[in-house]
Amino acid sequence: MSNNKEWPLWEVFLRSRAGLDHKHCGSLHAADGAMALQLARDVYTRRQEGVSIWVVRADHIHASDPTDKAALFDPMADKIYRHPTFYELPDEVDHM
Amino acid sequence: MNAPIAALNPAHVSYVLRIADGSLILAQRLSECCGHGPALEPDIALTNIALDLLGQARLLLSHAGALEGQGRDEDALAYWRDASQFHNPTLCELPNGDFAQICLRTFFYVAWQAQLWTALSASKDAALAAIAEKSSKETRYHCEHLAGWVVRLGDGTADSHARMQRALNYLLPYTNELCVDDDIDLAAAAAGIGPLPSSLNDAWTAQVQAVLAEATLSLPASTPFRSSGRRGQHSEAMDYVLAEMQSVARAHPGAQW
Repeated sequence: MSNNKEWPLWEVFLRSRAGLDHKHCGSLHAADGAMALQLARDVYTRRQEGVSIWVVRADHIHASDPTDKAALFDPMADKIYRHPTFYELPDEVDHM
Repeated sequence: MNAPIAALNPAHVSYVLRIADGSLILAQRLSECCGHGPALEPDIALTNIALDLLGQARLLLSHAGALEGQGRDEDALAYWRDASQFHNPTLCELPNGDFAQICLRTFFYVAWQAQLWTALSASKDAALAAIAEKSSKETRYHCEHLAGWVVRLGDGTADSHARMQRALNYLLPYTNELCVDDDIDLAAAAAGIGPLPSSLNDAWTAQVQAVLAEATLSLPASTPFRSSGRRGQHSEAMDYVLAEMQSVARAHPGAQW
């Protein structure tokens, strides 16, 4: 636990254009959400990178443990039947 | 603007130059903070504001130079005038002081700009109206950002409150100058070029007092003190600002980089 004079860390997500998803672009320190949004605007959208900003306090994110990676994800490696690659698609359907 | 512009009215040039000089000198003062902010993020925020103000100054100085018609461009006007030829309000040139003072001074000025840009959108000088229109979006954000700091620090810890109150006591008398009309303003207003400073006073005061109240700051008693930067009579700080801003350009005239 950091001492309470430190500003908490916030993760910043930007939507670069209308219709696209918000993507994680970085993090910053700020005292609260309003300040985090303003500072995100100043730090991460100086070159027109975004049209919408989300900020989330980093300690509100629950993340998977990297040491669990093998248990969580390796079992999927041999289950190719979960990929919908066995269907015959009509030519009209692009980009599935 | 490609159309030939002739300033029929010498007050027109002076009126635009004053606005330009306010942006330029405050930009220079804020630039001094680059790398010295209390943390990385607000440091970038202040520097962005400095760059926005510099952008305004460039457009306004170029426009003033074109109106003047003597071949002076933005660089000639920024680097080759001496203090008495600058007409920014004294508020813009004062030393930065601590972070509270930097935020409050900048808030006072950008809040005044916000009123000015709104009124200038009706200017008969189409180029000036266009610059005001572009600048008003930037200024809206500057006001929000700096008002946020004034409130956070004023309504913050005992130390931050004391510093913001001290900044207010020091700076408020310098705002008297912002809303006083002189002959240049009267001539420019009569010609439809821009508003009288006095006409911006009520809206500026309301905006500023709302923020100061939220910041739990107490207004010092009003004073008849009036600074005179807009008339070209500056505080002692002005020569130091100009020395730093102009020395490279003057040491290497015409240099390109």
